[in-house]
Amino acid sequence: MMNRYSLLEKIGLYIVIAIFLTFVLLPFFEMFMTSLKPLNHLRSAPYKFWDDSFSFEAYRHMWVTVPKLGRYIFNSVFIAGAVTLLAMIFIIPAAYAFARFEFRGKATTLSLFLAVNMFAGAVLLIPLYRVLRILHLLNTYYAMIIPGAAFLVPMGIWLLKSYLEKIPKELEEAAYVDGASKFYTLRRVMLPLAGPGLMVVGVSVFIGAYAQQYLFAITFNQNSDYMPLPAGVFEFIGYQSVVWNEMMAASLVGVLPVMLIFLFMQRFLIAGLTAGAIKE
Amino acid sequence: MGKSLPKALSSKSTFAWLLIAPAAAYLGMIVLWPLIETVRLSFTDANIGGESYVGTYNYEKLYHSSKFAKTIGRTFYWMFISVTLKLVLGLIGATLLNAKIPGRAAFRVLVMPPWIIPIAIGCLGWLWLYNGQFGLLSGALQWLGVINGPFEFLAYKQSAFYSAIVTDVWVGTPMISIFFLAALQGVSTDLYEAAYVDGASRWYRFRRITLPQIFPVIISMALLSAIWTFNSFEIVWILTEGGPRNATTTLIIDTYKTAIASFKFGPGAARAVVIVVLLSLFAIAYMAVLKKLEKRFGSK
Repeated sequence: MMNRYSLLEKIGLYIVIAIFLTFVLLPFFEMFMTSLKPLNHLRSAPYKFWDDSFSFEAYRHMWVTVPKLGRYIFNSVFIAGAVTLLAMIFIIPAAYAFARFEFRGKATTLSLFLAVNMFAGAVLLIPLYRVLRILHLLNTYYAMIIPGAAFLVPMGIWLLKSYLEKIPKELEEAAYVDGASKFYTLRRVMLPLAGPGLMVVGVSVFIGAYAQQYLFAITFNQNSDYMPLPAGVFEFIGYQSVVWNEMMAASLVGVLPVMLIFLFMQRFLIAGLTAGAIKE
Repeated sequence: MGKSLPKALSSKSTFAWLLIAPAAAYLGMIVLWPLIETVRLSFTDANIGGESYVGTYNYEKLYHSSKFAKTIGRTFYWMFISVTLKLVLGLIGATLLNAKIPGRAAFRVLVMPPWIIPIAIGCLGWLWLYNGQFGLLSGALQWLGVINGPFEFLAYKQSAFYSAIVTDVWVGTPMISIFFLAALQGVSTDLYEAAYVDGASRWYRFRRITLPQIFPVIISMALLSAIWTFNSFEIVWILTEGGPRNATTTLIIDTYKTAIASFKFGPGAARAVVIVVLLSLFAIAYMAVLKKLEKRFGSK
């Protein structure tokens, strides 16, 4: 069999994988180790890999130091979820149109959409701030949700479009022959078939929204009730000192819920991406 | 294509436009309008107090600033090094993730975290890793005898710049690996089997089958990644805020510092416009070069 590896090749593969994983997981290891060290031991040189004073105290006390920590963790997931929902409302119909219809200006419109990728939020912060102020949306959830979704829509349209193009047209045609309307076909024929594709796009949008909330959160929101974790975690930086061990503990605990969900979903994610085959 | 669909559907574009309209309106409001407003502001001296028209003054100042020229150069250098590393590591990662060996499922799970956690949170881990007194890297290097005393990675111009690149590569590589993996899995196994029967080595198969087959994905990923890396904000901001002595100040950091941190909206907007123009030129040049290559080599 061509996929069989010799023993030597196998050992080589595992060594490279180990190096790769060390790079990927090193910061998490460091965060975990830091979270175990009592604060007064943290700043003791020389560096020690192991210390008898290791404890999980930080994981208990962090909820006291930053009382709203639980709220921040919730806000992160909530904002990312709302961004995903909002973005999907725009992505689904547009992707369907690009995948299924020929019309004048299609290529141009699609390129214009994709060009949005060039304008990171940071480039447009000043006018965005003004728009949100005029609409009285500063310091609300909307201040993070509305701009957050916009920058994820183009990529989502592109991903979903390539997925939809793989679904045979005959299925739709059959529906039309039976006298179904366009909307009915979209809702009852295309959407169920596109299920895995929708999930992949939804997951990608969610990851994008969850991973990149920091900038909009620190710029458009001052209200700690709505703060997501990446901004809220900086509350461990006090006027006098930084509670590093608790900050690390809070970071690890904070991302745990989303991490667990994704670890279970990675198989569907990869399968869905493959089916869409993201070519072009 | 679609000729067998009822004529009313394939010829009428109204329905298609109707479906696109919401997304177009939304992006018009959140992206296009702010963009136009940014261009307008770039010709003013807008600040918190108010604004008045100053013509091309902001641009002239940028044009004559050697510091700004350096920032442009630094940003492209940052982008080039980081994207190259991400693509190479992404390709290696995808190949490893695709290898049929025991433990593959676990490996696939373990590479995902940097992609799915908030970038800002990952940066906190790196912030601590780079710390000279208490960080693991400095500690390990001392233990190994590579350095004599503590080394502050983020305190020196060179080391801060490359440290920020390492973190950026760390954030970006998992996603690229997963997308390349998806592309790898889309390559038909018939091709490999035929080559195998002909006695082609594994490296030969990778070079002559895998690479050409997933080339389109690499091309689009490279462009996207280049744009994202060019505009990457959080990593540098959390690690160094552009320091030490501007060593890690990319265009986006410079823009943020000017516009948001110092409330100089006008000059900040001019910088934002420069970013958009540079990136557009880059994207156009990139695609033009691709077209030329395509013509010359006739591959797809």
